Amino acid sequence: MDSVIDIQDLVKTFGTTRALDGLDLQVTPGEVHGFLGPNGAGKSTTIRVLLGLLHADSGAVRLFGGDPWKQAAELHRRLAYVPGDVNLWPNLTGGEVIDLLGRLRGGIDEARRADLVERFQLDTTKKGRAYSKGNRQKVALVAALCSDVELLVLDEPTSGLDPIMESVFQECVDVFRDGGGTVLLSSHILAEVERLCDRVSIVREGRVVESGTLAQLRHLTRTSIHAELASPATGLDGLPGIHGLVAEGTRVDFEVDTDSLSDVLAKLTSIGVLTLTSQPPTLEELFLRHYGDEVVAESADVQEAAR
Amino acid sequence: MTGTATFLRTFLRRDRWMIFWFLVGTTVLYWSQAVSVDGLYTTQAEFDKAAATMRDNTAFIAMAGPPRALNTTGGQVTWQAAAFGAIVVGLMVMFLIGRHTRAEEESGREELLRAAVVARTAPMTAALLTAMIASAIVGAGVTGSLIAYGLPAAGSISLGVGLFLFGCALAAVALLAAQLTSSTRATYGLTGAVIGVAYGLRAIGDVSGGGLSWVSPIGWYQSMHAFSGERWWPAVFLVVMAGLSGVAAYAVFDRRDYGAGVLATRPGPDRAPASLRTSLGLAWRLQRPSIVGWTLGVFLGGIGYGSIGDDVNSVMGDSQYSHDIFGAAGPNLVDSFYAVAVLMLVLIASGFTVSSALRPRAEEDAGRVESLLATALPRRRWFLDHLAVTLTGTLLVMLAAGLGIGVGYALVTGDGGAVGRLTGATFAQLPGVLVLGGLARLLTGFVPRWAIAAWLAVAFCVVVLLFGEVLRFPQWVVNVSPFSHLASVPADTMAWGPFVAVAALAVAISTAGVIGFGRRDIR
Ligand SMILES: Nc1ncnc2c1ncn2[C@@H]1O[C@H](COP(=O)(O)OP(=O)(O)OP(=O)(O)O)[C@@H](O)[C@H]1O
Ligand SMILES: [Mg+2]
Repeated sequence: MDSVIDIQDLVKTFGTTRALDGLDLQVTPGEVHGFLGPNGAGKSTTIRVLLGLLHADSGAVRLFGGDPWKQAAELHRRLAYVPGDVNLWPNLTGGEVIDLLGRLRGGIDEARRADLVERFQLDTTKKGRAYSKGNRQKVALVAALCSDVELLVLDEPTSGLDPIMESVFQECVDVFRDGGGTVLLSSHILAEVERLCDRVSIVREGRVVESGTLAQLRHLTRTSIHAELASPATGLDGLPGIHGLVAEGTRVDFEVDTDSLSDVLAKLTSIGVLTLTSQPPTLEELFLRHYGDEVVAESADVQEAAR
Repeated sequence: MTGTATFLRTFLRRDRWMIFWFLVGTTVLYWSQAVSVDGLYTTQAEFDKAAATMRDNTAFIAMAGPPRALNTTGGQVTWQAAAFGAIVVGLMVMFLIGRHTRAEEESGREELLRAAVVARTAPMTAALLTAMIASAIVGAGVTGSLIAYGLPAAGSISLGVGLFLFGCALAAVALLAAQLTSSTRATYGLTGAVIGVAYGLRAIGDVSGGGLSWVSPIGWYQSMHAFSGERWWPAVFLVVMAGLSGVAAYAVFDRRDYGAGVLATRPGPDRAPASLRTSLGLAWRLQRPSIVGWTLGVFLGGIGYGSIGDDVNSVMGDSQYSHDIFGAAGPNLVDSFYAVAVLMLVLIASGFTVSSALRPRAEEDAGRVESLLATALPRRRWFLDHLAVTLTGTLLVMLAAGLGIGVGYALVTGDGGAVGRLTGATFAQLPGVLVLGGLARLLTGFVPRWAIAAWLAVAFCVVVLLFGEVLRFPQWVVNVSPFSHLASVPADTMAWGPFVAVAALAVAISTAGVIGFGRRDIR
């Protein structure tokens, strides 16, 4: 099936800043695609190019198979967008903003509007200037979710939402996905990503450095193992994929690349295992690995060598 | 009082530019009156003659205040500047108080601050002190500049001190309003109403010679009689007003809940009206208040000019400056005067056009365009809708200016035909205004960061009008102003050639601006 979003080798510079530096991104129909990366990595810039707000310097960008710069208005009928910073008009009420954006997009599903206002506990009669950050975010979310669209483009949509509203948001995304919708979700909230996303792409310095399902990405990380063996461990440090081995008598402590996990376990069983605890890689570790720069990785290696 | 000093420092830091610009604006308001009066009248005889005419002009009295010692520079400064200076300072303290009290509370930011270890009243006390300090700075600026100009010290001090006390009184009123209302907008509305009523009461009082001026804080300020036998006791009224409002503000604050007011807020509509279906509807809705305000403002300003009637001769004096700016005296002086007055008013009206033409940029800067353009709304369409509103608003504001000056003239002279004549004269300058708006659009389209430089063009046109002849600017500099090419009706006869040519220029640069906007990045 054709991708909903297909970006290849996208470059966008602001003066001397190279915000996007050969970025590739594919989002297929029906998936919730997480878009992650440290601050300033280029997530919002990518989204703005995708919405035809910014003109790409070079690269190929297709949205629903069309050109987001030239066909912006017609493509936008099929999507809804929640910006990272929601700025409302000071004199318009939240309800007015929801209606206005919905009408400009091509129409509002009245029943859904009422339902969303109810579930997000939004006071739609307040003026824009009077909303708190979280409530501004809710206005933008309701406005985006109450139209019939195929794609949701969400740039940190839940920043400022309380945990209850966060879970309402997650339910809404589930419903949208079950209805066949596609979502591009930029987020810093890992629990949200873990809960919602089928696939994720991690951006750093304007490039996608990793892309795949969460299971695939987990594969790239290490599991930590603590074990008590039947006899002192020998030959473990020679095995590929083992890092930071500390052996004290029969007790061993190490990390192992997920790829080499079964080989290492076979070796342990051949020695004889009394107790074993293993810790799967957490999402945090996964991200820290990509978010932190080379310096962090190096210092980890140095620590390893010192052991 | 824990935390008050910290808040005060933060507020003063945050507001330093705002206070600075109010200082500059207010000081120039007073000082420029002295300069222009001394420029206008070269002999005392001229001055006396002008003063005699103004003294009997009811419209002037209603606008400015009680006419006292009008044949002295100090008396003129007081008369022309005091009421408006008070309004400006009143607005300044209103904004200062509003943004640090109700606006903070409304946005929820203050909750964080209050959670920190500070006295509950620390932010409001600091806001009050900020406003008082700002008033003191502005008052000192007025006093200092007038003394430096060479006016008597006592009168200069009276104007400055009165302004300071008026600022304190209005700051306390604004603080009380911030406690009573529960939105910043309502706070501004209530405080603005107090200022407006104060101005209105003294206008009626000054014209009727009755006592209404004595219930107006602006009236109290003016009754300190700067430069005409200063008296200090009316200042006590201002101090008492400040004290009572301040005490009331703290009392209400103690009794109300966080985030709440005393007066109920009217909730807005839950659903958008049918008019808010398109981006044109939105642009109209956003710009409507400004259109209404400018229309009223230039209409009243027009009445002010028009009500000079045929007394132009004596009011304008016989100085070289008058000759330079209004051309040769003689039977045509009235026409020359109104040609310049119309142009002056048109330049003021162009303030609307430029601010309105800059509105798309302001919206973009405030981050409110992304969401709109992420809908099925084409970006050029959005830009053109604002253009349509700017154009409509410009026509309305110009019409109000022309009608104002015509009606003012007709009321004083009984010459009803003047309404049409002077309105026509106003519209003869329309293409120049459109060029200024087009320039704002051109900048928005190509160098959005510098879009506000369009205001420089307005300032340039004003300078050319006021000083071009006096300072003998080279012709090519004068020619840069689009207004230099248009016929100055009623002094000149209408010339359609230049009218069409300048209008065509406006269309061309506007079009270029629209095209540029369609091609560039948003933000
Ligand atoms: N209009 C602009 N002018 C100049 N530089 C910009 C502009 N917009 C973005 N940038 C720069 O481009 C880079 C990418 O910014 P972007 O906003 O896309 O990051 P992001 O991944 O969304 O970050 P965050 O997680 O903080 O939202 C940053 O270095 C930023 O400073
Ligand atoms: Mg971002």
